[in-house]
Amino acid sequence: MKFFSLALKSLTRNKLRTLLTLLGVAAGMFLYAAVETMQHSLAIATQSNANDTTLVVYRENRFCPSTSRLPEHYGTTIRKIPGVREVIPIQITVNNCGASLDVITFRGIPPEELKQYNPDLRIIEGNYDDFVARTDGALVGKQFAKRRGLKPGDKFEAVGVNVNVTAIIESDSPQDNNVAYVHLPFLQQASRVGLGIVTQFNVKVESSDQLESVSDAIDETFKADQQPTNTRPEKAFFAETAKQMIELISFTRWLGLGAVAAVLGLVANALLLIVRGRVKETAILQTIGFSRMQISWLVVMEGILIGLLGGVLGVVSAFAFFHFKSFTLGNEGLTLALVPTIDVLAKALTIALALGMLASLYPAWKATSRPLIQTLNA
Amino acid sequence: MISPFINIANLTKTYKKGKTSITPLENLSLEVPKGEFLALMGPSGSGKTTLLNLIAGIDSPSDGVLEIDGNDIRGLTRARLTKWRSSHVGYIFQLYHLIPILTAYENVELPLLLDNMSKRERKNRIDAALDLVGLSDRAHHRPTELSGGQEQRVAIARAIVHDPGLLVADEPTGDLDRESADSILNLLDSLANDHGKTIVMVTHDPKAASAAHRTLHLEKGVLIKSES
Ligand SMILES: Nc1ncnc2c1ncn2[C@@H]1O[C@H](COP(=O)(O)OP(=O)(O)OP(=O)(O)O)[C@@H](O)[C@H]1O
Ligand SMILES: [Mg+2]
Repeated sequence: MKFFSLALKSLTRNKLRTLLTLLGVAAGMFLYAAVETMQHSLAIATQSNANDTTLVVYRENRFCPSTSRLPEHYGTTIRKIPGVREVIPIQITVNNCGASLDVITFRGIPPEELKQYNPDLRIIEGNYDDFVARTDGALVGKQFAKRRGLKPGDKFEAVGVNVNVTAIIESDSPQDNNVAYVHLPFLQQASRVGLGIVTQFNVKVESSDQLESVSDAIDETFKADQQPTNTRPEKAFFAETAKQMIELISFTRWLGLGAVAAVLGLVANALLLIVRGRVKETAILQTIGFSRMQISWLVVMEGILIGLLGGVLGVVSAFAFFHFKSFTLGNEGLTLALVPTIDVLAKALTIALALGMLASLYPAWKATSRPLIQTLNA
Repeated sequence: MISPFINIANLTKTYKKGKTSITPLENLSLEVPKGEFLALMGPSGSGKTTLLNLIAGIDSPSDGVLEIDGNDIRGLTRARLTKWRSSHVGYIFQLYHLIPILTAYENVELPLLLDNMSKRERKNRIDAALDLVGLSDRAHHRPTELSGGQEQRVAIARAIVHDPGLLVADEPTGDLDRESADSILNLLDSLANDHGKTIVMVTHDPKAASAAHRTLHLEKGVLIKSES
């Protein structure tokens, strides 16, 4: 369109001014996209849906994985409870129990049972049989691997545990992508908790409406035992243990809102300055026969271009930032990966476009609010 | 008798600001035939620009008759007047008023953006207009890279590119040296004589006025003298 190219020229031929405005918009939209990514990742990790069928059985009153000690043989009892489809004992070792940005989580599991417990696990690199065959083999979740730059064949050491990466895995369950699976007996020895002791059991129930009845039944079964249990759906557990982290992330919502307001103000201000700076040009265009509508439209198009270009710059950088940095927030052995999604990208770009448009309304009106004859004489 | 291209009768313009009002034009009558090159002279504040703006449809009269090429432009709404200007009037300013970020070519293109016209057709028209003012070789220069005389010629190209019947010029040579001024006056003369444009030019310069077919003097809103 002819007017579009006119608006574009006005931006490209005032390079410095446009660049500075775009940088401001980009910074604001980067922040907004970052906040959205956190909110979105949190929602995925904590909001349960109908496909969730996982329960976690911990020791009652546990604080961290290290204080949750349950006899491995509970698994046999749990398996017999009606509604239970699969059970897997897990020993967990983490480098940091509290909230942390850089968590390393080892999950010790009986290697021969993992595939049956979790058929969705996909090997994206390496070999599953190698994992079963090597006592110190590790299946590393893809986020974990990316964060540490691991590939099959690498050796890896953390919290006194030495493992050999045999394969990189991917799963629809977000937790799987952030951990390293190792052999249970191996981890029990390496972390000195001793054979026969596990941190937790992960239990899959037949359907999500049985989550409650099965968890009640499990806790009822071990109530009078030496080691009573506390069973909750996995996401609910995460939501509970990571309460402070969640509150913090929820708070960032305001930062996102602030970023949006800042972008709105910035674009509106930039456009007002643009419009003020070319009062004479506007009068000339009107003399030539450009209507008020067409003049306003030029301003709105500049606003949209600034919003969209700055938005693309900021949002795409945020996307790349989270994509390549692979941040993982962890708390008590459960992790939250900050994963950028196309949804968030599209939403942030739409917001940027809307902001550009919104910010240009007043300047667009202002551009032609004075009668032509007065501007010409000025 | 054919009706004149510009027909003005008992034209009055009053500006009101609060309780005070100024009447720069009162009961002014004027006829300009098609193809005439008319010069308007008069002291500062006599209402020359006011009259020019009324003729160009930039301002609206308070009273009287104002017809251009048979159209009663007094009856037009602001939006319609804008549309009418875009196809009937070319305006030439004293200070050229080119858009600084656009090249000569792009400045001349502006009036054509309002028409439904293919890019090629626009190009043909712009090339012809720039050729007419003798600036084909400066098409891709910005205003800052042109001399005042050249800028004014670009402004003239912009005023004629959409082929309006009426050209109005407010002191078009007021800011130019003698030589540049003469070339602009020659150009206007040829636009009237060879292209049939009706031209109304305001000027303070008797030499410039002598290039026109006829000169009118305005004093305190009244035409006091006319010579042929
Ligand atoms: N928009 C306006 N509002 C109020 N008064 C105006 C307006 N435009 C012009 N005037 C007044 O009308 C009178 C005529 O002004 P005009 O600009 O037509 O004079 P001019 O003959 O063009 O003068 P100059 O030679 O200095 O350009 C002046 O007294 C001026 O102050
Ligand atoms: Mg004047």
